[in-house]
Amino acid sequence: MATRLDLAAERKATVAPRRWRAAVGKVLIYGGLTLLALIFVYPLFLMVITAFKSTREIFLDPFGLPSRWSLEPFITVWRRANFSTYFRNSVLVTAASTVLVLTCSSLAAYALGRYRFRLNNALYIFFLAGIMIPIRLGVLPLFLLMRNLNLLDTHWSLILTYAASGMPMSVFLLTGFFRTLPRELEYAARIDGCSEFQTFFRVMLPLVRPGLATVTIVNFVPWWNDFFFPLLFIQSDELKTIPLGMTIFFGQYMTDWGLLFAGMLIASLPLLLLYLVMSRQFIEGLTAGAVKG
Amino acid sequence: MVRRWMERHAYIFFLLPGLVLYGVFMVYPLASSLGYSLFHWDGLIRGPFAGLENFKTVLTRSPYQARFWGALSHNVLFFVTTFAIQTTLGLALAVLFRKKWRGFGFFQTVYFIPYTLSMVVVGFLWLLLLNPTWGAFNQFLRLIGLGSWVQPWLGQTETALWTIILVNAWRWLGFPILVFLAGLQGIPEELHEAATVDGATGWQTFRHVTLPLLAPVIGMMTILTFIWDFNAFELVFIMQGSSGNPYYSTDLLGTLFYRTAFGDSTTGGEPGQIGIASAIAVLMLIIIGAVSILGVRQMQKRQVEY
Repeated sequence: MATRLDLAAERKATVAPRRWRAAVGKVLIYGGLTLLALIFVYPLFLMVITAFKSTREIFLDPFGLPSRWSLEPFITVWRRANFSTYFRNSVLVTAASTVLVLTCSSLAAYALGRYRFRLNNALYIFFLAGIMIPIRLGVLPLFLLMRNLNLLDTHWSLILTYAASGMPMSVFLLTGFFRTLPRELEYAARIDGCSEFQTFFRVMLPLVRPGLATVTIVNFVPWWNDFFFPLLFIQSDELKTIPLGMTIFFGQYMTDWGLLFAGMLIASLPLLLLYLVMSRQFIEGLTAGAVKG
Repeated sequence: MVRRWMERHAYIFFLLPGLVLYGVFMVYPLASSLGYSLFHWDGLIRGPFAGLENFKTVLTRSPYQARFWGALSHNVLFFVTTFAIQTTLGLALAVLFRKKWRGFGFFQTVYFIPYTLSMVVVGFLWLLLLNPTWGAFNQFLRLIGLGSWVQPWLGQTETALWTIILVNAWRWLGFPILVFLAGLQGIPEELHEAATVDGATGWQTFRHVTLPLLAPVIGMMTILTFIWDFNAFELVFIMQGSSGNPYYSTDLLGTLFYRTAFGDSTTGGEPGQIGIASAIAVLMLIIIGAVSILGVRQMQKRQVEY
């Protein structure tokens, strides 16, 4: 009797501090995570509220909420600072590059993943080698090539550069997807009289749709945000993309901080919204390359 | 006949567009960088063969020599710091997030938000926040009673590079967290359970089960970080200008290359030095190539099966 009671008391004595300690640990963990979240998000929160403030308000009361929520700075940025043009250019360039890389890489990946021929492995490695090598390091010859092709200061210079630099990762990911498809599908398609291209386009391509989505996201984000190639290739203001347009805009309105913050907010909003709406696909897409590599 | 041949060799037509695109606009420029670096250049016109002269200039002659080694050391610091942050804090957060407690999904989403911003926005945002007189950061320090810490973070040689590195880490960290987390989710749960049943403590399980199995992902992430950090350009260009102010203290190989290749032609200064710039690009290519090949080799050697 006595021993049993002792045991129960003992258990209570050890369990209670452990529970207490776990609770403190939880509080510390959530506290730390919240602090980190503030570090990540507070600057962005400041960006949002500052965009609505007058310059005077920004300097006198940097952390308070704006006295009025007016859309005026955004309208000014959109109209006067050419942002609508930059925005359209960014959409155009990113979309065209995506279409081009999806076409070229899915065709190549299909050949590498489904056909047996002598150079298959060598070509696969040839494509893969580019994953580790940043295209920027070839920018001087690329610049002269674009000049000789009369493509400097056109969107084509960006589209071709982006699509080419996207090939290695896209071919790598899509080849993996194509390799997982069962042989029988191909045979069935051929028996039904499909040509090689029809087999690819009608039967196999629709089956790697998740792969195409991944490839799109992997490439889309860096292209949309790219500053380096527009800086070197694009001169005309009406052809500039958002990141390059931002620098022009900053030079023009350096003293009007409200407008600057409004401009930054407009520039970041599309990807931010896209990320918040489909964060799962976003994350899967962006991590795919690193994890599978 | 022709049709038969075409159907038999369909793979050639499948490969062709991709090969042309990749070959002409990526492989050819990268390969010709090497050729460019072996010639003298007069503006955009190729001059006589130079052998390794351009490399000698970059590595041993002033002013390039001082700039090159300075920039290289900044890149190394950039990488080492980023690596240290992501494999301690980043990895710890990923391991924690794997527990899937309430609210973790929210934190994950939030930490990743800065990664969706363009470097240009990140640069301008922090440029304004760190503005010595009006910036919110110094005002915030004053507000919480740390007024004595207030300083022109980007304006002095001792703090500028560190500030840039931390701003970059702020944008970057969410990415390695997600990659590590994806890697962790690929490790079978039973292995952890088995370790726990065998009486391993949390740390032992992490050290002897999780870490070895996650090593390939950590290794891959390290190589990617290395490549990206040796390519860094935008942040310094936006925040400190193409010469890495103040006094080249934030100069990186990327900005050095840009300055040498395209000169200050945008501001009406000297035109570019194509030969020397190509030599810098080739040196960067060699560094990046060597490190990634060695890294991948190392990882393959240590591959653990489960």
